Amino acid sequence: MKSHGIRLSPTTVLLRVLAVILFCIMLAGALYPMYWVAMSGFKTTTELLISPFKLPSAFSLKNYIGVWKVGISKFFLNSVFITVSSAALTAVVSAFAAFPLSRYRFKMRGFWFMFLLCGLMLAPQVSLISNYKILQALHLYDSYLGLILVYTAFRVPYTMFLMWSYFMTTPKDIEEAACIDGCSSFMIFWKMLIPMSKPIMATGILLTARYVWNDFLFSLIYTESAALKTIPYGLNSLKGESGTDWGQLLAGMTISSIPIIVLFICTQKYFVRGLTVGAVKG
Amino acid sequence: MYKNTRGAYLYLIPAILLVSVFIYIAVGLNFYYSLFRWNTYSEKVWVGLANYTRLFQDGNFWTGLKNNLLFAVISVTFQVGIALALAAVLEQKWLRRFGGFCRTVLFVPSLLSMTVVGLMWQLMLNPNMGFVNKALKAVGLGAIAIDWLGNASTAIFCVIASSQWQFVGYTMMLFIVAIQKIPDDFYEAAEIDGANAIQSFFYVTVPNVREMTLLNLTTTLIGAFKVFDEVYVMTNGGPGRASEVLGTLLFRSGFREDAMGYASAVGAVIFVITFALSIAQIRMFKIDSTGQKGGEG
Repeated sequence: MKSHGIRLSPTTVLLRVLAVILFCIMLAGALYPMYWVAMSGFKTTTELLISPFKLPSAFSLKNYIGVWKVGISKFFLNSVFITVSSAALTAVVSAFAAFPLSRYRFKMRGFWFMFLLCGLMLAPQVSLISNYKILQALHLYDSYLGLILVYTAFRVPYTMFLMWSYFMTTPKDIEEAACIDGCSSFMIFWKMLIPMSKPIMATGILLTARYVWNDFLFSLIYTESAALKTIPYGLNSLKGESGTDWGQLLAGMTISSIPIIVLFICTQKYFVRGLTVGAVKG
Repeated sequence: MYKNTRGAYLYLIPAILLVSVFIYIAVGLNFYYSLFRWNTYSEKVWVGLANYTRLFQDGNFWTGLKNNLLFAVISVTFQVGIALALAAVLEQKWLRRFGGFCRTVLFVPSLLSMTVVGLMWQLMLNPNMGFVNKALKAVGLGAIAIDWLGNASTAIFCVIASSQWQFVGYTMMLFIVAIQKIPDDFYEAAEIDGANAIQSFFYVTVPNVREMTLLNLTTTLIGAFKVFDEVYVMTNGGPGRASEVLGTLLFRSGFREDAMGYASAVGAVIFVITFALSIAQIRMFKIDSTGQKGGEG
Protein backbone atom coordinates (compact mmCIF):
# COMPACT_ATOMS: atom_id res chain seq x y z
CA MET A 1 0.00 0.00 0.00
CA LYS A 2 2.73 2.47 -0.80
CA SER A 3 1.14 5.76 -1.56
CA HIS A 4 3.86 8.38 -1.67
CA GLY A 5 4.46 9.85 -5.05
CA ILE A 6 1.27 8.33 -6.39
CA ARG A 7 -1.88 10.40 -6.66
CA LEU A 8 -4.70 8.78 -4.70
CA SER A 9 -7.92 8.29 -6.59
CA PRO A 10 -11.05 9.95 -5.17
CA THR A 11 -12.51 6.52 -4.40
CA THR A 12 -9.47 5.58 -2.32
CA VAL A 13 -9.65 8.85 -0.43
CA LEU A 14 -13.35 8.33 0.22
CA LEU A 15 -12.80 4.75 1.41
CA ARG A 16 -10.04 5.88 3.73
CA VAL A 17 -12.13 8.62 5.22
CA LEU A 18 -14.96 6.13 5.75
CA ALA A 19 -12.56 3.68 7.42
CA VAL A 20 -11.30 6.35 9.80
CA ILE A 21 -14.86 7.39 10.65
CA LEU A 22 -15.80 3.76 11.26
CA PHE A 23 -12.89 3.27 13.63
CA CYS A 24 -13.68 6.49 15.46
CA ILE A 25 -17.22 5.23 16.02
CA MET A 26 -15.85 1.92 17.24
CA LEU A 27 -13.44 3.64 19.61
CA ALA A 28 -16.29 5.68 21.01
CA GLY A 29 -18.41 2.54 21.30
CA ALA A 30 -15.67 0.74 23.21
CA LEU A 31 -14.72 3.64 25.45
CA TYR A 32 -18.03 5.30 26.22
CA PRO A 33 -19.62 2.48 28.29
CA MET A 34 -16.45 2.14 30.39
CA TYR A 35 -16.21 5.90 30.81
CA TRP A 36 -19.90 6.03 31.73
CA VAL A 37 -19.43 3.40 34.45
CA ALA A 38 -16.40 5.11 35.92
CA MET A 39 -18.08 8.56 35.88
CA SER A 40 -21.44 7.33 37.17
CA GLY A 41 -19.68 5.94 40.22
CA PHE A 42 -19.13 9.54 41.32
CA LYS A 43 -22.78 10.53 40.95
CA THR A 44 -25.64 10.62 43.40
CA THR A 45 -28.64 8.40 42.72
CA THR A 46 -30.77 11.35 41.59
CA GLU A 47 -28.11 12.44 39.15
CA LEU A 48 -27.86 8.88 37.82
CA LEU A 49 -31.55 8.80 37.05
CA ILE A 50 -31.97 12.30 35.70
CA SER A 51 -28.81 13.10 33.79
CA PRO A 52 -26.99 9.97 32.60
CA PHE A 53 -24.87 11.93 30.09
CA LYS A 54 -23.69 14.80 32.23
CA LEU A 55 -20.50 14.85 34.25
CA PRO A 56 -21.10 14.42 37.98
CA SER A 57 -21.85 17.77 39.67
CA ALA A 58 -19.21 17.00 42.27
CA PHE A 59 -16.61 14.25 42.19
CA SER A 60 -17.78 12.68 45.42
CA LEU A 61 -16.02 9.51 46.57
CA LYS A 62 -19.08 8.58 48.61
CA ASN A 63 -20.00 5.58 46.45
CA TYR A 64 -16.46 4.30 46.19
CA ILE A 65 -15.96 4.49 49.95
CA GLY A 66 -19.46 3.19 50.57
CA VAL A 67 -19.07 0.10 48.42
CA TRP A 68 -15.66 -0.61 49.88
CA LYS A 69 -17.15 -0.57 53.37
CA VAL A 70 -20.25 -2.56 52.39
CA GLY A 71 -18.03 -5.55 51.81
CA ILE A 72 -16.24 -5.19 48.50
CA SER A 73 -13.02 -4.86 50.52
CA LYS A 74 -13.43 -8.44 51.76
CA PHE A 75 -14.24 -9.77 48.26
CA PHE A 76 -11.36 -7.78 46.84
CA LEU A 77 -8.85 -9.22 49.30
CA ASN A 78 -10.21 -12.73 48.70
CA SER A 79 -9.76 -12.20 44.97
CA VAL A 80 -6.20 -10.97 45.47
CA PHE A 81 -5.33 -13.94 47.66
CA ILE A 82 -6.94 -16.58 45.45
CA THR A 83 -5.58 -15.03 42.25
CA VAL A 84 -2.01 -14.79 43.51
CA SER A 85 -2.01 -18.29 45.01
CA SER A 86 -3.58 -19.93 41.95
CA ALA A 87 -1.28 -18.14 39.53
CA ALA A 88 1.81 -19.07 41.53
CA LEU A 89 0.76 -22.68 42.02
CA THR A 90 -0.19 -23.03 38.35
CA ALA A 91 3.19 -21.67 37.27
CA VAL A 92 5.11 -24.07 39.52
CA VAL A 93 3.09 -27.16 38.66
CA SER A 94 3.13 -26.38 34.92
CA ALA A 95 6.86 -25.65 34.80
CA PHE A 96 7.53 -28.89 36.67
CA ALA A 97 5.45 -30.80 34.14
CA ALA A 98 6.86 -29.04 31.08
CA PHE A 99 10.43 -29.79 32.14
CA PRO A 100 10.48 -33.59 31.75
CA LEU A 101 8.14 -33.37 28.75
CA SER A 102 10.74 -31.25 26.94
CA ARG A 103 13.96 -32.73 28.37
CA TYR A 104 13.49 -36.38 29.28
CA ARG A 105 13.22 -39.32 26.99
CA PHE A 106 10.86 -41.92 28.39
CA LYS A 107 8.28 -44.29 27.05
CA MET A 108 5.07 -42.59 28.06
CA ARG A 109 6.16 -39.06 27.24
CA GLY A 110 3.83 -38.61 24.29
CA PHE A 111 0.94 -40.04 26.26
CA TRP A 112 1.35 -37.77 29.27
CA PHE A 113 1.83 -34.75 27.06
CA MET A 114 -1.47 -35.38 25.30
CA PHE A 115 -3.08 -36.34 28.62
CA LEU A 116 -2.28 -32.95 30.14
CA LEU A 117 -2.92 -30.98 26.95
CA CYS A 118 -6.33 -32.54 26.36
CA GLY A 119 -7.43 -31.18 29.71
CA LEU A 120 -7.87 -27.99 27.69
CA MET A 121 -10.81 -29.50 25.87
CA LEU A 122 -13.09 -29.61 28.85
CA ALA A 123 -15.67 -26.91 29.33
CA PRO A 124 -15.59 -26.08 33.05
CA GLN A 125 -19.37 -26.50 33.27
CA VAL A 126 -19.16 -30.18 32.44
CA SER A 127 -17.37 -30.95 35.67
CA LEU A 128 -19.39 -28.55 37.81
CA ILE A 129 -21.46 -31.11 39.63
CA SER A 130 -18.76 -33.77 39.90
CA ASN A 131 -16.20 -31.32 41.24
CA TYR A 132 -18.75 -30.04 43.71
CA LYS A 133 -19.07 -33.62 45.00
CA ILE A 134 -15.33 -34.33 44.75
CA LEU A 135 -14.50 -31.25 46.79
CA GLN A 136 -17.07 -32.26 49.39
CA ALA A 137 -15.57 -35.75 49.57
CA LEU A 138 -12.08 -34.28 50.01
CA HIS A 139 -13.39 -31.89 52.68
CA LEU A 140 -12.24 -29.02 50.49
CA TYR A 141 -15.67 -27.64 49.59
CA ASP A 142 -16.09 -24.04 50.73
CA SER A 143 -12.38 -23.48 51.35
CA TYR A 144 -9.66 -21.35 49.80
CA LEU A 145 -7.56 -24.43 49.09
CA GLY A 146 -10.33 -26.23 47.22
CA LEU A 147 -10.99 -23.27 44.97
CA ILE A 148 -7.27 -22.74 44.32
CA LEU A 149 -6.75 -26.40 43.42
CA VAL A 150 -9.63 -26.38 40.93
CA TYR A 151 -8.38 -23.18 39.29
CA THR A 152 -4.89 -24.68 39.09
CA ALA A 153 -6.15 -27.92 37.57
CA PHE A 154 -8.02 -26.01 34.87
CA ARG A 155 -5.08 -23.71 34.07
CA VAL A 156 -2.29 -26.31 34.08
CA PRO A 157 -3.00 -27.74 30.59
CA TYR A 158 -2.65 -24.40 28.82
CA THR A 159 0.19 -23.07 30.98
CA MET A 160 2.11 -26.34 30.61
CA PHE A 161 1.74 -26.07 26.83
CA LEU A 162 2.93 -22.47 26.89
CA MET A 163 6.04 -23.34 28.89
CA TRP A 164 6.71 -26.54 27.00
CA SER A 165 6.75 -24.74 23.66
CA TYR A 166 9.21 -22.23 25.12
CA PHE A 167 11.43 -24.89 26.73
CA MET A 168 11.59 -26.67 23.36
CA THR A 169 13.24 -23.62 21.83
CA THR A 170 15.80 -22.81 24.55
CA PRO A 171 19.31 -24.12 23.82
CA LYS A 172 20.12 -27.43 25.45
CA ASP A 173 23.94 -27.29 25.01
CA ILE A 174 24.57 -25.29 28.17
CA GLU A 175 22.43 -27.65 30.18
CA GLU A 176 24.24 -30.64 28.72
CA ALA A 177 27.59 -29.10 29.60
CA ALA A 178 26.39 -28.56 33.14
CA CYS A 179 25.12 -32.10 33.25
CA ILE A 180 28.58 -33.49 32.47
CA ASP A 181 29.93 -31.47 35.37
CA GLY A 182 27.62 -33.43 37.63
CA CYS A 183 24.75 -31.04 38.10
CA SER A 184 21.47 -32.58 39.29
CA SER A 185 18.40 -32.30 37.08
CA PHE A 186 16.71 -30.09 39.63
CA MET A 187 19.69 -27.71 39.67
CA ILE A 188 19.53 -27.48 35.89
CA PHE A 189 15.81 -26.84 36.02
CA TRP A 190 15.98 -24.30 38.82
CA LYS A 191 19.27 -22.52 38.14
CA MET A 192 19.30 -22.54 34.34
CA LEU A 193 16.00 -23.29 32.67
CA ILE A 194 13.76 -21.16 34.89
CA PRO A 195 15.96 -18.05 34.77
CA MET A 196 16.15 -18.40 30.98
CA SER A 197 12.38 -18.70 30.78
CA LYS A 198 11.35 -15.67 32.82
CA PRO A 199 9.32 -14.07 30.00
CA ILE A 200 7.15 -17.13 29.48
CA MET A 201 6.74 -17.57 33.23
CA ALA A 202 5.47 -13.98 33.36
CA THR A 203 3.06 -14.70 30.51
CA GLY A 204 1.74 -17.84 32.17
CA ILE A 205 1.25 -16.08 35.49
CA LEU A 206 -0.50 -13.10 33.90
CA LEU A 207 -2.94 -15.17 31.87
CA THR A 208 -3.84 -17.29 34.88
CA ALA A 209 -4.24 -14.16 36.99
CA ARG A 210 -6.62 -12.66 34.47
CA TYR A 211 -8.65 -15.85 34.33
CA VAL A 212 -8.95 -16.28 38.09
CA TRP A 213 -9.57 -12.60 38.81
CA ASN A 214 -12.44 -12.53 36.34
CA ASP A 215 -13.97 -15.94 37.00
CA PHE A 216 -17.44 -16.06 38.45
CA LEU A 217 -18.63 -19.64 38.04
CA PHE A 218 -16.21 -21.50 40.32
CA SER A 219 -16.56 -18.99 43.12
CA LEU A 220 -20.32 -19.26 42.78
CA ILE A 221 -20.37 -23.06 43.05
CA TYR A 222 -17.37 -24.23 45.04
CA THR A 223 -17.68 -21.85 47.96
CA GLU A 224 -20.70 -21.19 50.10
CA SER A 225 -19.76 -18.73 52.83
CA ALA A 226 -19.77 -15.07 51.86
CA ALA A 227 -16.41 -14.77 53.63
CA LEU A 228 -14.72 -16.77 50.83
CA LYS A 229 -16.36 -15.25 47.76
CA THR A 230 -14.41 -13.37 45.12
CA ILE A 231 -15.18 -10.01 43.58
CA PRO A 232 -17.34 -11.00 40.56
CA TYR A 233 -19.68 -12.77 42.96
CA GLY A 234 -19.57 -9.81 45.31
CA LEU A 235 -20.55 -7.41 42.53
CA ASN A 236 -23.44 -9.51 41.38
CA SER A 237 -24.71 -9.80 44.94
CA LEU A 238 -24.82 -6.00 45.23
CA LYS A 239 -27.68 -6.20 42.76
CA GLY A 240 -30.34 -6.81 45.36
CA GLU A 241 -33.80 -8.24 44.85
CA SER A 242 -35.38 -5.10 46.21
CA GLY A 243 -33.56 -1.87 45.61
CA THR A 244 -29.99 -1.69 44.41
CA ASP A 245 -27.65 1.15 45.28
CA TRP A 246 -26.72 1.80 41.65
CA GLY A 247 -23.99 4.29 42.48
CA GLN A 248 -22.24 1.82 44.74
CA LEU A 249 -22.59 -0.97 42.19
CA LEU A 250 -21.03 1.21 39.49
CA ALA A 251 -18.21 2.19 41.84
CA GLY A 252 -17.62 -1.47 42.70
CA MET A 253 -17.39 -2.38 39.01
CA THR A 254 -14.72 0.25 38.52
CA ILE A 255 -12.76 -0.88 41.57
CA SER A 256 -12.79 -4.48 40.40
CA SER A 257 -11.60 -3.62 36.89
CA ILE A 258 -8.74 -1.31 37.75
CA PRO A 259 -6.18 -3.92 38.92
CA ILE A 260 -6.41 -6.02 35.76
CA ILE A 261 -6.28 -3.01 33.41
CA VAL A 262 -3.26 -1.57 35.24
CA LEU A 263 -1.61 -4.98 35.12
CA PHE A 264 -2.22 -5.15 31.37
CA ILE A 265 -0.84 -1.71 30.70
CA CYS A 266 2.32 -2.50 32.68
CA THR A 267 2.91 -5.89 31.10
CA GLN A 268 1.39 -5.57 27.64
CA LYS A 269 4.11 -7.46 25.79
CA TYR A 270 3.80 -10.55 27.98
CA PHE A 271 0.05 -10.62 27.54
CA VAL A 272 0.29 -10.42 23.78
CA ARG A 273 2.99 -13.09 23.66
CA GLY A 274 0.67 -15.48 25.44
CA LEU A 275 -2.10 -14.74 23.00
CA THR A 276 0.03 -15.69 20.04
CA VAL A 277 1.31 -19.02 21.35
CA GLY A 278 -2.12 -20.54 20.96
CA ALA A 279 -5.01 -18.40 21.82
CA VAL A 280 -7.38 -19.61 24.44
CA LYS A 281 -10.01 -17.32 25.72
CA GLY A 282 -10.15 -17.15 29.50
CA MET B 1 17.72 -35.43 27.00
CA TYR B 2 17.77 -37.50 30.16
CA LYS B 3 16.61 -41.07 30.37
CA ASN B 4 15.76 -41.32 34.04
CA THR B 5 12.10 -42.34 33.96
CA ARG B 6 11.54 -42.14 37.69
CA GLY B 7 13.02 -38.65 37.74
CA ALA B 8 10.59 -37.56 35.03
CA TYR B 9 7.58 -38.72 37.00
CA LEU B 10 8.65 -36.83 40.10
CA TYR B 11 8.20 -33.62 38.14
CA LEU B 12 5.04 -34.73 36.42
CA ILE B 13 3.07 -36.06 39.38
CA PRO B 14 1.52 -32.83 40.71
CA ALA B 15 0.17 -31.90 37.28
CA ILE B 16 -1.05 -35.42 36.54
CA LEU B 17 -2.81 -35.65 39.90
CA LEU B 18 -4.60 -32.31 39.62
CA VAL B 19 -5.67 -32.81 36.01
CA SER B 20 -6.77 -36.40 36.67
CA VAL B 21 -8.91 -35.59 39.68
CA PHE B 22 -10.55 -32.33 38.70
CA ILE B 23 -10.78 -32.89 34.95
CA TYR B 24 -10.75 -36.54 33.89
CA ILE B 25 -12.32 -38.18 36.92
CA ALA B 26 -14.78 -35.31 37.07
CA VAL B 27 -15.92 -35.87 33.48
CA GLY B 28 -16.24 -39.59 34.08
CA LEU B 29 -18.26 -38.99 37.22
CA ASN B 30 -20.49 -36.55 35.38
CA PHE B 31 -21.53 -39.30 32.95
CA TYR B 32 -22.05 -41.72 35.83
CA TYR B 33 -24.13 -39.18 37.77
CA SER B 34 -26.30 -38.51 34.74
CA LEU B 35 -27.65 -42.07 34.95
CA PHE B 36 -29.23 -41.54 38.37
CA ARG B 37 -31.99 -39.50 39.87
CA TRP B 38 -30.55 -37.80 42.93
CA ASN B 39 -30.22 -34.58 44.81
CA THR B 40 -27.83 -33.21 47.40
CA TYR B 41 -29.29 -35.16 50.30
CA SER B 42 -30.97 -38.18 48.72
CA GLU B 43 -29.63 -41.59 47.76
CA LYS B 44 -28.97 -42.13 44.07
CA VAL B 45 -31.71 -43.99 42.22
CA TRP B 46 -30.66 -45.70 38.99
CA VAL B 47 -32.77 -44.43 36.10
CA GLY B 48 -30.65 -45.41 33.12
CA LEU B 49 -31.08 -42.96 30.27
CA ALA B 50 -34.28 -41.41 31.65
CA ASN B 51 -32.54 -38.09 32.32
CA TYR B 52 -31.61 -37.91 28.65
CA THR B 53 -35.08 -38.74 27.38
CA ARG B 54 -36.47 -36.11 29.73
CA LEU B 55 -33.86 -33.69 28.45
CA PHE B 56 -34.79 -34.16 24.81
CA GLN B 57 -38.46 -33.58 25.63
CA ASP B 58 -37.71 -30.47 27.67
CA GLY B 59 -38.57 -27.28 25.81
CA ASN B 60 -36.05 -25.35 27.91
CA PHE B 61 -33.26 -27.59 26.66
CA TRP B 62 -34.12 -26.79 23.05
CA THR B 63 -34.40 -23.08 23.85
CA GLY B 64 -30.96 -23.29 25.47
CA LEU B 65 -29.43 -25.13 22.56
CA LYS B 66 -31.01 -22.68 20.10
CA ASN B 67 -29.59 -19.74 22.06
CA ASN B 68 -26.13 -21.34 22.14
CA LEU B 69 -26.34 -21.81 18.37
CA LEU B 70 -27.38 -18.17 17.93
CA PHE B 71 -24.42 -17.23 20.08
CA ALA B 72 -22.15 -19.37 17.89
CA VAL B 73 -23.36 -17.97 14.56
CA ILE B 74 -23.25 -14.32 15.61
CA SER B 75 -19.93 -14.71 17.41
CA VAL B 76 -18.30 -16.30 14.39
CA THR B 77 -19.59 -13.52 12.16
CA PHE B 78 -18.18 -10.81 14.40
CA GLN B 79 -15.15 -12.38 16.01
CA VAL B 80 -13.87 -14.17 12.94
CA GLY B 81 -15.29 -12.44 9.86
CA ILE B 82 -15.54 -8.82 10.91
CA ALA B 83 -12.53 -8.96 13.25
CA LEU B 84 -10.34 -10.15 10.37
CA ALA B 85 -11.55 -7.37 8.09
CA LEU B 86 -10.94 -4.78 10.82
CA ALA B 87 -7.47 -6.16 11.50
CA ALA B 88 -6.61 -5.95 7.81
CA VAL B 89 -7.71 -2.32 7.64
CA LEU B 90 -5.79 -1.39 10.78
CA GLU B 91 -2.65 -2.97 9.35
CA GLN B 92 -2.78 -0.84 6.18
CA LYS B 93 0.36 1.26 6.04
CA TRP B 94 -1.41 4.61 5.87
CA LEU B 95 -3.29 3.80 9.07
CA ARG B 96 -0.57 2.15 11.12
CA ARG B 97 0.11 4.86 13.66
CA PHE B 98 -3.56 5.32 14.51
CA GLY B 99 -3.91 1.53 14.31
CA GLY B 100 -1.69 0.87 17.31
CA PHE B 101 -3.81 3.08 19.51
CA CYS B 102 -7.01 1.66 18.10
CA ARG B 103 -6.13 -1.95 18.73
CA THR B 104 -5.08 -1.31 22.33
CA VAL B 105 -8.32 0.50 23.11
CA LEU B 106 -10.46 -2.14 21.42
CA PHE B 107 -8.58 -4.85 23.31
CA VAL B 108 -9.30 -3.41 26.77
CA PRO B 109 -12.90 -4.71 27.06
CA SER B 110 -11.60 -8.28 26.82
CA LEU B 111 -9.66 -7.69 30.04
CA LEU B 112 -12.77 -6.92 32.03
CA SER B 113 -14.59 -9.77 33.67
CA MET B 114 -17.73 -11.01 31.96
CA THR B 115 -19.52 -10.14 35.19
CA VAL B 116 -18.50 -6.49 34.90
CA VAL B 117 -19.40 -6.39 31.22
CA GLY B 118 -22.72 -8.08 31.94
CA LEU B 119 -23.56 -5.62 34.71
CA MET B 120 -22.39 -2.71 32.54
CA TRP B 121 -24.74 -3.69 29.73
CA GLN B 122 -27.54 -4.38 32.12
CA LEU B 123 -27.21 -0.87 33.57
CA MET B 124 -26.80 0.75 30.14
CA LEU B 125 -29.99 -0.91 28.93
CA ASN B 126 -31.90 -0.31 32.15
CA PRO B 127 -35.07 1.66 31.29
CA ASN B 128 -34.77 3.87 34.39
CA MET B 129 -31.14 4.79 34.62
CA GLY B 130 -29.47 3.47 31.47
CA PHE B 131 -28.26 5.85 28.79
CA VAL B 132 -29.27 3.75 25.78
CA ASN B 133 -32.98 4.45 25.91
CA LYS B 134 -32.41 8.09 26.85
CA ALA B 135 -30.14 8.44 23.82
CA LEU B 136 -32.70 6.77 21.56
CA LYS B 137 -35.40 9.16 22.76
CA ALA B 138 -33.10 12.11 22.27
CA VAL B 139 -32.62 11.25 18.59
CA GLY B 140 -36.32 10.63 18.03
CA LEU B 141 -36.25 6.84 18.22
CA GLY B 142 -38.33 6.72 21.39
CA ALA B 143 -40.57 4.09 19.77
CA ILE B 144 -37.87 1.43 20.03
CA ALA B 145 -36.77 2.44 23.53
CA ILE B 146 -38.07 -0.75 25.09
CA ASP B 147 -37.07 -2.74 28.13
CA TRP B 148 -34.41 -4.62 26.19
CA LEU B 149 -33.59 -7.29 28.74
CA GLY B 150 -37.17 -7.67 29.93
CA ASN B 151 -38.42 -8.56 26.47
CA ALA B 152 -38.35 -12.24 25.51
CA SER B 153 -37.51 -11.58 21.89
CA THR B 154 -34.61 -9.14 22.47
CA ALA B 155 -33.00 -10.40 25.71
CA ILE B 156 -30.69 -13.03 24.21
CA PHE B 157 -29.58 -10.68 21.45
CA CYS B 158 -28.54 -8.08 24.01
CA VAL B 159 -26.50 -10.68 25.85
CA ILE B 160 -24.87 -11.75 22.58
CA ALA B 161 -24.20 -8.12 21.71
CA SER B 162 -22.41 -7.57 25.01
CA SER B 163 -20.19 -10.54 24.27
CA GLN B 164 -19.31 -9.18 20.81
CA TRP B 165 -18.54 -5.79 22.33
CA GLN B 166 -16.16 -7.52 24.70
CA PHE B 167 -14.32 -9.88 22.37
CA VAL B 168 -14.15 -8.40 18.86
CA GLY B 169 -11.05 -6.42 19.86
CA TYR B 170 -9.50 -9.56 21.25
CA THR B 171 -9.71 -11.71 18.13
CA MET B 172 -8.82 -8.64 16.05
CA MET B 173 -5.59 -8.40 18.04
CA LEU B 174 -4.85 -12.05 17.25
CA PHE B 175 -5.45 -11.44 13.55
CA ILE B 176 -3.18 -8.40 13.65
CA VAL B 177 -0.37 -10.48 15.11
CA ALA B 178 -0.88 -13.02 12.32
CA ILE B 179 -0.98 -10.36 9.60
CA GLN B 180 2.23 -8.82 10.89
CA LYS B 181 3.98 -12.11 10.19
CA ILE B 182 3.15 -11.92 6.47
CA PRO B 183 6.27 -10.70 4.59
CA ASP B 184 5.86 -7.28 2.97
CA ASP B 185 7.08 -8.72 -0.35
CA PHE B 186 3.81 -10.59 -0.74
CA TYR B 187 1.88 -7.33 -0.75
CA GLU B 188 4.40 -5.62 -2.99
CA ALA B 189 4.20 -8.50 -5.47
CA ALA B 190 0.41 -8.25 -5.44
CA GLU B 191 0.63 -4.52 -6.00
CA ILE B 192 2.95 -4.97 -8.96
CA ASP B 193 0.47 -7.45 -10.40
CA GLY B 194 -2.11 -4.67 -10.18
CA ALA B 195 -4.11 -5.85 -7.20
CA ASN B 196 -6.11 -3.25 -5.31
CA ALA B 197 -6.48 -3.25 -1.52
CA ILE B 198 -9.55 -5.49 -1.59
CA GLN B 199 -7.90 -7.98 -3.92
CA SER B 200 -4.75 -8.17 -1.82
CA PHE B 201 -6.96 -8.77 1.21
CA PHE B 202 -8.57 -11.79 -0.43
CA TYR B 203 -5.53 -13.14 -2.26
CA VAL B 204 -2.73 -12.35 0.20
CA THR B 205 -4.09 -11.69 3.70
CA VAL B 206 -6.83 -14.30 3.94
CA PRO B 207 -4.78 -17.32 2.76
CA ASN B 208 -1.83 -16.34 4.93
CA VAL B 209 -3.79 -16.07 8.15
CA ARG B 210 -5.58 -19.34 7.56
CA GLU B 211 -4.13 -20.95 10.68
CA MET B 212 -5.20 -18.08 12.92
CA THR B 213 -8.63 -18.05 11.29
CA LEU B 214 -9.16 -21.71 12.07
CA LEU B 215 -7.92 -21.21 15.60
CA ASN B 216 -10.26 -18.28 16.20
CA LEU B 217 -13.11 -20.13 14.54
CA THR B 218 -12.88 -23.18 16.77
CA THR B 219 -12.12 -21.19 19.94
CA THR B 220 -15.11 -18.93 19.29
CA LEU B 221 -17.38 -21.89 18.59
CA ILE B 222 -16.28 -23.67 21.75
CA GLY B 223 -16.71 -20.42 23.70
CA ALA B 224 -20.28 -20.08 22.43
CA PHE B 225 -21.22 -23.38 24.05
CA LYS B 226 -19.49 -22.48 27.32
CA VAL B 227 -21.41 -19.24 27.84
CA PHE B 228 -22.59 -18.76 31.38
CA ASP B 229 -21.51 -15.62 33.23
CA GLU B 230 -23.04 -13.04 30.87
CA VAL B 231 -26.40 -14.75 30.76
CA TYR B 232 -26.49 -15.43 34.47
CA VAL B 233 -25.65 -11.82 35.30
CA MET B 234 -27.76 -10.03 32.70
CA THR B 235 -30.98 -12.04 32.51
CA ASN B 236 -30.54 -15.19 34.60
CA GLY B 237 -32.12 -17.00 31.66
CA GLY B 238 -35.19 -14.77 31.65
CA PRO B 239 -37.63 -13.27 31.05
CA GLY B 240 -39.30 -16.60 31.76
CA ARG B 241 -36.77 -18.97 30.24
CA ALA B 242 -36.35 -17.08 26.97
CA SER B 243 -32.61 -16.45 27.18
CA GLU B 244 -31.63 -19.74 28.79
CA VAL B 245 -28.39 -21.31 27.51
CA LEU B 246 -27.11 -24.80 28.32
CA GLY B 247 -24.77 -23.46 31.01
CA THR B 248 -27.54 -21.67 32.91
CA LEU B 249 -29.90 -24.62 32.44
CA LEU B 250 -27.28 -26.84 34.08
CA PHE B 251 -26.83 -24.41 36.95
CA ARG B 252 -30.53 -23.94 37.49
CA SER B 253 -31.33 -27.68 37.39
CA GLY B 254 -28.44 -28.63 39.62
CA PHE B 255 -28.16 -25.88 42.17
CA ARG B 256 -31.62 -24.29 42.23
CA GLU B 257 -33.98 -27.18 41.52
CA ASP B 258 -31.59 -29.70 43.04
CA ALA B 259 -32.03 -32.18 40.17
CA MET B 260 -28.38 -33.24 40.09
CA GLY B 261 -28.82 -36.19 37.74
CA TYR B 262 -30.66 -34.08 35.20
CA ALA B 263 -28.05 -31.33 35.45
CA SER B 264 -25.33 -33.93 34.83
CA ALA B 265 -27.14 -34.95 31.66
CA VAL B 266 -27.03 -31.31 30.50
CA GLY B 267 -23.31 -31.35 31.35
CA ALA B 268 -22.87 -34.46 29.22
CA VAL B 269 -24.43 -32.70 26.22
CA ILE B 270 -22.15 -29.68 26.67
CA PHE B 271 -19.23 -32.09 26.90
CA VAL B 272 -20.08 -33.88 23.67
CA ILE B 273 -20.39 -30.61 21.72
CA THR B 274 -17.27 -28.90 23.08
CA PHE B 275 -15.23 -32.08 22.95
CA ALA B 276 -16.00 -32.69 19.28
CA LEU B 277 -15.01 -29.11 18.47
CA SER B 278 -11.81 -29.39 20.52
CA ILE B 279 -10.77 -32.61 18.80
CA ALA B 280 -11.25 -30.86 15.49
CA GLN B 281 -9.09 -28.00 16.76
CA ILE B 282 -6.26 -30.21 17.98
CA ARG B 283 -6.28 -32.25 14.77
CA MET B 284 -6.21 -29.13 12.65
CA PHE B 285 -3.12 -27.88 14.38
CA LYS B 286 -1.42 -31.24 14.53
CA ILE B 287 -0.12 -30.63 18.00
CA ASP B 288 2.16 -33.43 19.12
CA SER B 289 4.86 -33.90 21.69
CA THR B 290 7.83 -33.83 19.36
CA GLY B 291 7.98 -30.26 18.24
CA GLN B 292 6.19 -27.02 17.63
CA LYS B 293 2.66 -27.15 16.35
CA GLY B 294 2.66 -27.45 12.59
CA GLY B 295 0.83 -24.99 10.38
CA GLU B 296 -1.05 -26.68 7.57
CA GLY B 297 -4.72 -27.37 8.17
